[in-house]
Amino acid sequence: MSTDQVIGRIHSLESLGTVDGPGIRFVVFMQGCVLRCQFCHNPDTWDTTKGMEYSPEALMQEIIKYKSYMQFSGGGVTFTGGEPLLQAEFILKVAKLCKQQGISVAIDTSGFVWNPIVKEVLEYTDIVLLDIKNYDPVVYKTVTGVSLSPTLEFLGYLKEKKINTWIRYVLVPGLTDNLESVKLLSKHLSECPNVSKIEILGFHKMGEYKWKELGLEYQLYQTKEPSEELLQNAKDIFEESGIPVSMNR
Amino acid sequence: MRQEWHDFIPGSWTSEINVRSFIQHNYAPYEGDDSFLAGPTKRTTELWEEVLKLMKIENEKGILDAETKTPSTITSFGPGYIDKEKEVIVGFQTDKPLKRGIMPNGGIRVVKNALESYGYQLDKTTEEIYTNNRKTHNDGVFDAYTEAMKKARHTGIITGLPDAYGRGRIIGDYRRVALYGVDVLIEEKLEQKKLLERPTLESPDIRLREEISEQIKALKELKQMAISYGFDISVPAKNSVEATQWTYFAYLGAIKEQDGAAMSLGRVSTFLDIYYERDLKEGILTEEEVQEIVDQFVMKLRMVRFLRTPSYNDLFSGDPTWVTESIGGMGLDGRTLVTKTSFRILHTLYNLGPAPEPNLTVLWSTSLPEAFKKFCAKASIDTSSIQYESDDIMRDYWGDDYGIACCVSAMRIGKQMQFFGARANLAKALLYAINGGKDERYGDQVAPLFAPITSEYLDYDEVIARFDQILDWLAELYINTLNVIHYMHDKYNYEKIQMALHDINILRTEACGIAGLSVVADSLSAIKYAKVKVIRNEAGLAIDYQVEGDYPAYGNNDDRVDQIAVDLVQRFMNKLRKVKTYRSAKQTLSVLTITSNVVYGKKTGSTPDGRKAGEPFAPGANPMHGRDKKGAVASMASVAKLPYKHAEDGISYTFSIVPKALGKNLEERSANLVGLLDGYFHDSGHHINVNVFDRETLLDAMDHPEKYPQLTIRVSGYAVNFVKLNREQQLDVIHRTFHER
Repeated sequence: MSTDQVIGRIHSLESLGTVDGPGIRFVVFMQGCVLRCQFCHNPDTWDTTKGMEYSPEALMQEIIKYKSYMQFSGGGVTFTGGEPLLQAEFILKVAKLCKQQGISVAIDTSGFVWNPIVKEVLEYTDIVLLDIKNYDPVVYKTVTGVSLSPTLEFLGYLKEKKINTWIRYVLVPGLTDNLESVKLLSKHLSECPNVSKIEILGFHKMGEYKWKELGLEYQLYQTKEPSEELLQNAKDIFEESGIPVSMNR
Repeated sequence: MRQEWHDFIPGSWTSEINVRSFIQHNYAPYEGDDSFLAGPTKRTTELWEEVLKLMKIENEKGILDAETKTPSTITSFGPGYIDKEKEVIVGFQTDKPLKRGIMPNGGIRVVKNALESYGYQLDKTTEEIYTNNRKTHNDGVFDAYTEAMKKARHTGIITGLPDAYGRGRIIGDYRRVALYGVDVLIEEKLEQKKLLERPTLESPDIRLREEISEQIKALKELKQMAISYGFDISVPAKNSVEATQWTYFAYLGAIKEQDGAAMSLGRVSTFLDIYYERDLKEGILTEEEVQEIVDQFVMKLRMVRFLRTPSYNDLFSGDPTWVTESIGGMGLDGRTLVTKTSFRILHTLYNLGPAPEPNLTVLWSTSLPEAFKKFCAKASIDTSSIQYESDDIMRDYWGDDYGIACCVSAMRIGKQMQFFGARANLAKALLYAINGGKDERYGDQVAPLFAPITSEYLDYDEVIARFDQILDWLAELYINTLNVIHYMHDKYNYEKIQMALHDINILRTEACGIAGLSVVADSLSAIKYAKVKVIRNEAGLAIDYQVEGDYPAYGNNDDRVDQIAVDLVQRFMNKLRKVKTYRSAKQTLSVLTITSNVVYGKKTGSTPDGRKAGEPFAPGANPMHGRDKKGAVASMASVAKLPYKHAEDGISYTFSIVPKALGKNLEERSANLVGLLDGYFHDSGHHINVNVFDRETLLDAMDHPEKYPQLTIRVSGYAVNFVKLNREQQLDVIHRTFHER
């Protein structure tokens, strides 16, 4: 292997993904994230120095094994994480290889990372799952530790390039249930014809044990899962955008 | 043409016995969806409620009732009904619903033990006759068994052998009775017998002449039995009810006469569809009435019962009968064999609720109509009652009129049968290789003596070399044991009505099997890629192992270990191929354990993969519980690598997934399940049991069985009522990998 080979750091691989994009998806959990979302259920993917090392070819060898399942179900590969676009160079290489094999590529991102390579990655991306943690800049900062504006600029670029996009919104009682700002987000999205779906993800605590294992303080230990009513209210608001809305509890 | 055949398109089936030709000329492929289906009629619902009441009492008592005196034959019992007015399809094995008959030709001790275990006493005279006057299959086998065979049976390196119970796994072409009537079938047998009047008669011909005579007798008895219910089946069926009833009578004859482990039905739905469509077209029946016939036929199939001993129940848990019905598939000419009745029979899972029997088996092809695929997937998600097998693979081997016997054994209907051979324990064989042929639990020399491995750490090449030797010995012993069993079964417990519904010249397979595939593959992988330290007792016997480091485990789509599993299958099959078989049967192999994976585990010491003594194996071709860590598809992909050409008797894989992991809503879940099945079978997977439920449901059912009388789960090539499994087996199911992402 040559020394200039791009190496990806990967947290884990999942051969049956059905909730991160259409069809059956091979899900690549990339290691490393700059956001520190309070409700994160994969805090073990934050540290950029950890993970298994893969060359693009080695990862591709894994992906190709599942081609039949992807093709029959209209699925593909989804890069998630962590924040996959922190390793845009690596993803670019793998995405190019996927395209050669006719495999569809999805990227699940916060839209925080922006550079020319990210732009190039998007040329090889069939669908972007854009996580908007909140539409209120102050709340966004509280939830994630970073600012909102890069994400909205990212969305603007996707709109301009007409890249098929699903918006994901995690509904956390007491944190992201500020429905007034959901209303504004819904309005913003109604002006993005590239957005084909909005997914509301109900908060759950399945990742809580990971925080403990990592010695991190989990701030949402008293937070409950969203009520049916809250979910329905959020759904109604998002539906005002005219975009199909799905709920994943 | 005969009057009963009016409006049917003639073909070679009109001048010879050829059901496939009848189907091909007359069936109507259906590519539409399920919207035409009808719910249950009032009398179906009322009748089913009566049945459920009886089943509830049966569940509480273990069995509802049993005969203690009269051995069951085709004609030994008069007619039986639940409520004659409501029954569209009639007939029970004995004189009462769910009452179990006795079939001592297999072995009288088994009958006696089974009766006593439920608090019944075998009639003294019957016992005496079958002890002193009429020899049984079981007696014959033990007269001929060698010492080596008895030892292998005792330690459990070969287990589950049909030496004390009926071998089953024979499918009569029950459709022939409906299409031709019994008289034509008798005439054909008489002609065949005449052809066997040769200048020199040698024993194979003499045997065949005797067998044909037995078959003719059975056909005559079948007519007599039908007459007791008021039907004359000497002539062809002339309408939908008759066609279904005639087919059922033929099957009923088989289950009155034989209590084989698996008494499968074959492939009747598309055949019957031809009659249903004719009657619908003529306006004689409505869709509701057709569904009523199907519902009531299926209701009868759900009531098939045999008397079993507790030790039998350990091997095949949950009172299974394997009334396997093969549904769908594609024809050789490219038309689908899916008809409306393929939908109707699956629809019984809704009209009557989920149930383990009949063992509904969809012959999957990636070319099946999409609407049918979706309907199957939805029914799987709702009921967990369906298994799927690759028609794309099997059609190449067996044509387009084969059926599945038991779980995964394909056979051309009426043209092929098998000598069921249960299975050899490959994990134990591996331990024999390490211990120089000694049993790890008993310490006695079972395989021929050779030097045991004495090193502290196991060396891969050394282990493989010894293992290969042990497999040579095992293959020879195994086939010879089966030869004894099937010689005696033919002699003392011949399946005369089932064989009467076969051609004269048939293909026989010697259906061997293996258990512990994933244990051995992982053990060899551990020896190769990690370090395995041997722990020995004072006598120097290896009794435990310590695995140091990680190794690739089977079930993660990793060729380093998956190819070891592939090699094991091929290696053992090739050894079986070398050994001569009774009646020149063709050797085949299955990777299937039914529920015996628990018993096998109990009888097997610790293994080099880290599995502790007594712990269950994984069922069939499954990866070991919890070791498949890369998700469901990786697990499926590993199993799909196992080569069907070296396992022609089938490769069973049981898959459990929580609903959420399939997608967000029913529509997405159905679509994704279709995708999974298409991908798996496209990549040459052979069989898959699909379970869709949460582990919590099963835990709750363990505590509150009364809440879940119809909770059905697929275990290993068949389905069971979860609440009928014993606690140990319930826990085994719960500990299996549930794909949860």
